[in-house]
Amino acid sequence: MFKPSPGGTGANGSEPQVDKYPVIETIGLTKTYTMGDVEVHALQGVDMTVHVGEMLAIMGPSGSGKSTLMNIIGCLDVPSSGLYRLDGIDVAMLDDNALADIRSLKVGYVFQNFNLLPRTTAQANVELPLLYAGIGGRERRQRAEEVLKTVRLDHRGGHKPNELSGGQQQRVAIARALINRPQLILADEPTGNLDTRNSVGIMELFQQLNEEQGITIIFVTHNPEVADYCDRVVRVRDGLIESDERNSPVGGEAPPFQAMPSVATGQ
Amino acid sequence: MHFYESVRVAMLALAANKLRSGLTMLGIIIGVGAVIALLSIGRGVERFFVEQFTSLGTNLLYIFPGQLSGGPPQERGRDVGVLTLNDSYAIANPLRVPDVIAVSPEVTGRVVVARGSSDLEVSVSGVTATYQDALLGEAAIGSFVGETDVQERGRVVVLGSDVFGSLFDPNEDPLEQTIRVNNILFRVIGVMEERGAGIGGANLDETIFVPLTTASDRLFRRRTVSGDYIVNVIYATVSSEERMEAAQEQIAELLRERHNIDFQGEDDFSIINQSDLLSIFGDILGLFTLFLSAIAFISLLVGGIGIMNIMLVSVTERTREIGLRKAVGAKRRNVLGQFLIEAVTLALIGGILGIILGGGGALAATSFINNFSAVVGIDAIVIALLFSTAVGLFFGIYPAYRASRLNPIDALRYE
Repeated sequence: MFKPSPGGTGANGSEPQVDKYPVIETIGLTKTYTMGDVEVHALQGVDMTVHVGEMLAIMGPSGSGKSTLMNIIGCLDVPSSGLYRLDGIDVAMLDDNALADIRSLKVGYVFQNFNLLPRTTAQANVELPLLYAGIGGRERRQRAEEVLKTVRLDHRGGHKPNELSGGQQQRVAIARALINRPQLILADEPTGNLDTRNSVGIMELFQQLNEEQGITIIFVTHNPEVADYCDRVVRVRDGLIESDERNSPVGGEAPPFQAMPSVATGQ
Repeated sequence: MHFYESVRVAMLALAANKLRSGLTMLGIIIGVGAVIALLSIGRGVERFFVEQFTSLGTNLLYIFPGQLSGGPPQERGRDVGVLTLNDSYAIANPLRVPDVIAVSPEVTGRVVVARGSSDLEVSVSGVTATYQDALLGEAAIGSFVGETDVQERGRVVVLGSDVFGSLFDPNEDPLEQTIRVNNILFRVIGVMEERGAGIGGANLDETIFVPLTTASDRLFRRRTVSGDYIVNVIYATVSSEERMEAAQEQIAELLRERHNIDFQGEDDFSIINQSDLLSIFGDILGLFTLFLSAIAFISLLVGGIGIMNIMLVSVTERTREIGLRKAVGAKRRNVLGQFLIEAVTLALIGGILGIILGGGGALAATSFINNFSAVVGIDAIVIALLFSTAVGLFFGIYPAYRASRLNPIDALRYE
């Protein structure tokens, strides 16, 4: 139903990307956990729209609800109330298996601690989502080689995670996120376990994927440097959106309505 | 996810913890191994007995004193509850028992045979000349106990092949040599061919044969008060299989008359035919099988609990892996399948190793016994494999279910 078609009617860069298809749309999203006798209101009514091709950072202090928001966006969790449309689909209507399909086909995840299967080669780690998408061995291998090339690890397919550096492991994880050609990549502190040099490499890779393949990328992060790479920063506090600002993309022009660089207000 | 992939993933997971997988399998290996070993030996014993019985001919009747299936014979008089040589001669009378063509009485016991410095304890059979026709093959060297030996209570002996081997050099001519049986001198008149185990498991190769009268008078001193020779068993060969029942009736009538049993009295003897013996044996074997099933059940239960335990540990350990798999699109049934296949693989490999161990062990153990080998049946193997699979499924389902129900977020966060 939806094809990533960056562009739509809008021209390149000069306008905010409001004319593009919304890949994520939430209205009055709430999430309440019960921990023992205490009810925790992790989200208290989040309205957010993310358009295709955006690169956006969700920031906020610990316990702000940003991770909960990300889990719901990634269909790892379901909201207590409110509407969430992913790619036009009302997620509340979906059962467990359909959610698994969405996770498999529409979303790619990148985690802070990489979450690669140990004792399993990079190639096999990358192929993993295809296994659950029911894709045959030969195509799996072919596509894994392709995405490993995209993340510039085509010579490391046979290595196991413990034989790779942190940056390389995260590249494998990104290749895994890419392999089902998702519209959306969710990255939870992707540089949290990496040194500066590797962090820059990973962020440049994300940027390249965003620009060249038009993949929507959402980061959840504490790190203002990650946010610097994004064209939009959403700040979450106490389960509500505190601010939603357009950022000046690295090397690009600042959108006209942005008063100050958001870096200055970073926590 | 394809089945093959699931199996591959399961094998990798098991290989990652080889020691633990091995120890977990041990329960199944031992259980299946024990069952296969005992079953194979049981089968071997069964086949062996059936062969022995049928090789003796299906038209043979065994007459024992007393009631086999009851308590001790009722006390009715001094000579009641025994069979004698004269009973045997009476049965051999074609006018009284027309359907019996040959009768062979036997008295058995244990004796010490000695020659020079070597001595050993063996079984002795006191027999008549007809014994050879009814039950045994030809003597390999010399001759068997003859009619005159019986009448003269001759101190002659025919050796089983193992007894010969123990007392004589292989190249020595034993004929006309003397040996001592319970310190009485006997003349060797023959050596039997090698036979292997005989009726009821007695090894005929480790038996010596002497005239029945000699055995009673000189070795056992067993006679009735009236001077008749007591026998342990009488073998009666019936003219044909169809006449078995008729012969049985004729013998019973004759013996009741000879033993003065009145109309309502119970027989003080038992007449058993091949099929009776086989069915008695079958009952014993059935009991044996029941016993085995109980062992199998308990050991598989224990093995299964071990599998369940280790699978629960494995699910807990791999919570993050499960979370990741779910995050990248694994459905509940994929996770369920993965852990179930792992449990079944564990049980099945255990079963296969158990079969190899048990079957190989049984074959190796019985290869030391003459004329007897364990039979590792295809059906036993199939049943063992099916049971292993069932155990894996049964005890794997709960851990796998737990894994499949894990919430991906919680699972990913798990430390």
